[in-house]
Amino acid sequence: MEVFLQQLVNGITLGGVYALVALGYTMVYGIIQLINFAHGEIFAAGGYMGVILISWMVAQGYPPFVCLGVALVLAMGYCALLAMAVEKLVYKPLRSSSRLSVLLSALGMSIFLQNGLMLTQGVYDRAYPGEMVQGGFEIGGAVVSYMQVVIVGITVVLLVGLNFLVFKTRIGKAMRATAQDKTMSALVGINSSRIISLTFAIGAALACAAGIMVGMYYGSVRYDMGFVLGVKAFSAAVLGGIGNITGAMLGGLLIGMIEVFAAGYISSEYKDVFAFIILIGVLYFMPTGIMGENVDDTRV
Amino acid sequence: MTIPASRKLWLGYAVAMLWLFALLWPLLGIKPEGLEFADSFALWSTLALASAILLAFWQLKQHGVFDFVSRPAEAVSTVFSKATGRVPSWIWLVLVLAGALVFPLLTERYAQDVAISVLVYICLGLGLNVVVGMAGLLDLGYIAFYGVGAYTYALLSVHFGLSFWLSLPIAGAFSACAGCIIGYPTLRMRGDYLAIVTLGFGEIVRIVLNNWMSLTNGPNGILGIKPPGAYWWSDGKIEHIWLGSLEQFYYVILALAVCTVVAVYRLNHSRIGRAFEAVREDQTAAELMGVNTLGIKLLAYSLGAIFGGLAGAFFAARMRFVSPESFTFIESAMVLAMVVLGGMGSIPGVILGALALIALPEVFRGFELYRMFVFGGVMAVMMIFRPKGLWPAKRMGTRSEERD
Repeated sequence: MEVFLQQLVNGITLGGVYALVALGYTMVYGIIQLINFAHGEIFAAGGYMGVILISWMVAQGYPPFVCLGVALVLAMGYCALLAMAVEKLVYKPLRSSSRLSVLLSALGMSIFLQNGLMLTQGVYDRAYPGEMVQGGFEIGGAVVSYMQVVIVGITVVLLVGLNFLVFKTRIGKAMRATAQDKTMSALVGINSSRIISLTFAIGAALACAAGIMVGMYYGSVRYDMGFVLGVKAFSAAVLGGIGNITGAMLGGLLIGMIEVFAAGYISSEYKDVFAFIILIGVLYFMPTGIMGENVDDTRV
Repeated sequence: MTIPASRKLWLGYAVAMLWLFALLWPLLGIKPEGLEFADSFALWSTLALASAILLAFWQLKQHGVFDFVSRPAEAVSTVFSKATGRVPSWIWLVLVLAGALVFPLLTERYAQDVAISVLVYICLGLGLNVVVGMAGLLDLGYIAFYGVGAYTYALLSVHFGLSFWLSLPIAGAFSACAGCIIGYPTLRMRGDYLAIVTLGFGEIVRIVLNNWMSLTNGPNGILGIKPPGAYWWSDGKIEHIWLGSLEQFYYVILALAVCTVVAVYRLNHSRIGRAFEAVREDQTAAELMGVNTLGIKLLAYSLGAIFGGLAGAFFAARMRFVSPESFTFIESAMVLAMVVLGGMGSIPGVILGALALIALPEVFRGFELYRMFVFGGVMAVMMIFRPKGLWPAKRMGTRSEERD
């Protein structure tokens, strides 16, 4: 039972992070039907920006929570700029090309960004400054670290904020309209090109927050960490029903849980395999995911 | 180009450069010790200057300033291409083949080693070309078949002492089976889902190779794989020898590559090749014309896998050692980059792509680290400016939109 509770806590932490990354995939796919391979690299860049900013601010002697907060905001802005640059440079000129060319250029961009990170930051792990958030407490035998509480807290705030943005604001309405029908929404005066940029920026900001939290959770970042996590997050998006925001959140949580429980109860060597198997299984038996692909109201 | 258009261009350029600086500086300039500007500014100013010069040249070219150079150059190139067009293509083929045959006699060990890996990648690229170029199915886990072929020969050689030539068809068959196993559940999916699922399968194969200790010896790999053997006339009687030297390896892989080229060429011009093309262009229309699309896709997948498996078996024999390290995603991306850069569906294109990706970095040794960085960028930009690759594939027959 203790093991079960412990795995549950770890699964929720990890699942929240997957959900944040999965949202970026699902939003971009919903709006321009592209698997944005570069998204995993944006996540890794976010992790690096976190390490860069936090270690600089810690060296200046700011208190940990100020460091974390400021780094989170600045890095999210940075990643949004990065994703918008990628979108403007590579995806926008290809809007009318075949899907294979867009997919290939997304893949090229992913390799480009990953190696760019390697060239500027080195091939070795970069460690996050220790002692950011220490300690923890115990519930029914399961240890919950304050780090996990902080991570889950930030995740929940971001997810609620995104839901508010998409379902309650004018911008969100414009995003949903563009996802449903680009021509029609352009006719009623929505600048679809700007909305697409914005979608990339929002997805990137969420992935960046996830990158920082993964870095803090595991203690270090690596230039190629975006690859496997990107595929898992994409599996989460597919599991939830691609293009569906609520689905991506649920899918992320499920994939995180499944990974942690499978690693705990079945085999930890094969833990990366389970996400792929779920992806294949879902696509084969239930290609629209658990929440459905085309639920118009929740599609972005 | 008018003045406002040009002003808009340079304004866009200035914004892009500011953006680039905003993206570049935090990566290089924020250190725990403090903020620093010199490094990132130096790099940024080089990039900005280079792109400004390129942009200026492009603008001058648009204005027709270089017409005095480009007109004669164009005339010369038309004359040249007319002259070369008159030479029958088999002469070129013979010349290339003769060059490839005498290559080891003229070069050092190092060049031969590079040539061997170029030829291995040509085989891989041609195999992937069947899947991506001809049938239009994006496969991001292609290296898994290379791995299956390599491990098949490694295990057969170490445990059963089977010879290379006997193992070669077995490795091909195993890879084809792997292709069917992977292909069958995935091929019903839409194109972009297929990409990510094949990526997942590639990773699964690598993780299994890494963790199945009892069969594959895990990350330590398998040692002691035999090179190919042959019967050769020496001292008046026929003897069994090992083809272990670098030149002999070169000729074995050259033969394999030539067979692959011929096979892919014949495939391209067969009924099946045309069915591949039909499926690539419009699946629904192909099905209406009586093409069994699922069967054809599965065939494309397993044929591509066979070529990968054969190349893999050779790789195992050449290295005499296999480990999961050689079959990572980045290798799949390399092979894909070859096919895309060279020209999807084009055999000379793939050969050119393999030369560009393997041989060029060897020539510019100092830029080894930048290889994937540059190729990733080129792959992304290429889709905008030259989506058909360096040497685009010739298409059979005329298409309705080209006819008029």
